[in-house]
Amino acid sequence: MAATQPPVTTLPPPPASRATVPAADRPSRRLARLGWAALGLFALTNAWAVAASEPDRMMGHLQKIMYAHVPTAWSAFVAFFLVFVASIAYLWTRRDRWDHLALASAEVGTLLTAITLVLGSIWGKPTWGVWWTWDPRLTTTAIMLMIYAGYLALRAFVDERERAARWAAVVGILGFVNVPIVYMSVRWWRTLHQVQSSPRSMDSTYLVGLLVNSIAILFVLAWLIAARAEAARLEAEAETLAEHRALGPLAGERRA
Amino acid sequence: MRSVGGEFRREARRAGAVLWKDLLTERRTKANFNAVVFFAGLVLVLFGFALGPDAGTLRLAASGVIWLTVLFSGILAFNRSYQSELEGGALESLLLYPGDRRSIFVGKLLANLAFVLLVECLVVPMAAVLYDVPLLHALPGLAGIILLGTLGFVTLGTFYAAMASRVRTREVMLPLLLFPMLVPLLLAAVTCTRALLEGDLMGDARTWIRLLVAFDVIFLAATLAAFEYVIED
Amino acid sequence: MWDRARACPPRRSAPRAPTSPVIPLSQSRSPAVELDQLARRFGRQWPLRAVSLRVDAGEGVALLGRNGSGKTTLLRILATTLRPTRGGGRVFGHDLRTAPEAIRERVGVLAHAPGLYADLTARENLLFAQRMYGAPSDERSVAALLERVGLVAHAHERVRIFSAGMTRRVALARLLLRPHDLLLLDEPFAAFDAEGIALLNEVLLEARARGAAVIVATHDPERAAIALDRMIRIEGGVLAEAAEPLHALQVAR
Repeated sequence: MAATQPPVTTLPPPPASRATVPAADRPSRRLARLGWAALGLFALTNAWAVAASEPDRMMGHLQKIMYAHVPTAWSAFVAFFLVFVASIAYLWTRRDRWDHLALASAEVGTLLTAITLVLGSIWGKPTWGVWWTWDPRLTTTAIMLMIYAGYLALRAFVDERERAARWAAVVGILGFVNVPIVYMSVRWWRTLHQVQSSPRSMDSTYLVGLLVNSIAILFVLAWLIAARAEAARLEAEAETLAEHRALGPLAGERRA
Repeated sequence: MRSVGGEFRREARRAGAVLWKDLLTERRTKANFNAVVFFAGLVLVLFGFALGPDAGTLRLAASGVIWLTVLFSGILAFNRSYQSELEGGALESLLLYPGDRRSIFVGKLLANLAFVLLVECLVVPMAAVLYDVPLLHALPGLAGIILLGTLGFVTLGTFYAAMASRVRTREVMLPLLLFPMLVPLLLAAVTCTRALLEGDLMGDARTWIRLLVAFDVIFLAATLAAFEYVIED
Repeated sequence: MWDRARACPPRRSAPRAPTSPVIPLSQSRSPAVELDQLARRFGRQWPLRAVSLRVDAGEGVALLGRNGSGKTTLLRILATTLRPTRGGGRVFGHDLRTAPEAIRERVGVLAHAPGLYADLTARENLLFAQRMYGAPSDERSVAALLERVGLVAHAHERVRIFSAGMTRRVALARLLLRPHDLLLLDEPFAAFDAEGIALLNEVLLEARARGAAVIVATHDPERAAIALDRMIRIEGGVLAEAAEPLHALQVAR
């Protein structure tokens, strides 16, 4: 974006045809293409893995839900790590783009965490006979979901933009610091009472499929976060535009 | 120009001033402490109804119930501790004094710690009576666990309340932010308390105590570092 | 004296290079306050749009403007309570963004809201303030201050039952706890009676005499005329072109 342009006071006209997409819209087109490619890739790798692998010794075809469940869980964790990093970067530099990234990662992470829990329950019901068990990984995931739901609630209820970003960054950092502690404590808590086995015991033939899928989902994650962050950036720009129209431009105002 | 000792004395004076002010305010509006203690008693009784009437069940559940009662009643103290700052622009005046803002946090933390410990002094004997749990034999260890657990609880509670008390939906915001963070502390505190009360102190308890200490240290450091970002307007 | 809003575009708000060490007020050549195209955003509003200002030591400036013109926001930024969104400035050579703690050491504020603890007595509020400044509590100086503001009889009463004027006097006493180099007052004349106003003017003149700079936000220039010598209008987040002198003779009373 050109740095010293005067603020735009009228919106550009909508593109006449697909062929003449204005420069400002091209990033979103690229994102859409990335999205289709990523989803397509993940669908492919999942399909291949499901078709190519043998039914599990103990659990049959149900085990193949792991090809979706494990990558989702791992990418949710990556998303929250991104929240952690982006939050630190925001507090350090106070640049809005880090706040957009933190918000996007938190929303996407929360969504993926919810999906993880649902898939885990679906696997769990036929396997253990119950929808929920206090398995350390699943439980930690549930706690993580609650921590980030709190993060999103805080952002929703703090009116002032800068304060919301700052407070959310702090909550995101402390929340992530707690995740390994939560995991350890739940694991120790569980070993005190011998309960069901965890879903770790799997055939080694599954590992290749898991690896491939875990990499494929990273593309999906990247696309989702990039799209959401871009939406956040556009929202912020739209607000600034509305300010200009309402109040008149500031002398030589530059865009962030 | 200033000596390190002089700096420390100054900050200690500031923290002490906030502690004194909070305790004085609390004593003047006594209603709060009494209300919290009665609420805690009520919670104990309600848990008794929900889990009982079998005495054995109640005795087994006692450690968990005690800590849950502490959490639900203690949390009432945290938003209140910021209330005096929110009236009449006192918070802004508070932030104008030169010096480290973290002293303000330390002062408030100590005031809340005193408050919650005092509540616990009444809640634990109440629970021992209601749930028929002998605890005199475990007293020194129990006191230690209660202190460690309360410290972590109050640290995070005082910290999150700095934000939650200034949000519209403060009653629900504080538990929403605070309780998920307290899971390791709750697990550790309940496990150790149960081990102490039942008298079977396996080596396990030592791991949990280490976890509790690590939790307290990590989050005391983290909240101190982050307080500056949170207390500003 | 340039208090004109500059027409050229603002500089990027990069952190400044390290500033010079603190020079005692009497020897200072640099101004007390220097602001450059300061702007501040609140959600969608911009209470301050492009404020450039210079105030020297010993000066008394009245900031005139209607409600919502940005007076309070400007004072809050000078007090380091708020950070500037764009632009920047220096107070006693310390940058607003990078060295707020150094600024706080030298600034005293009488805000619009009293900022006192309603459940504490007047005396306790002052003792608290003393200790928050890092000094040991000193009953005698607190008593002397309460006498100066005329509240000795109410020293042991809780602020909750005070009138607005009495509360302001306690806040004024708190301001007098130490000699600040820059005084920022937000609508101070509002709650005071004639006696209180006389006291306030006395305080401001004393401060200026010992070299402090004073900035008072008010929409009542007549009352300000006694203790201040310059007035600047602020409107829509921007300062007016030039300052006008404030003459005591202009005052009808």
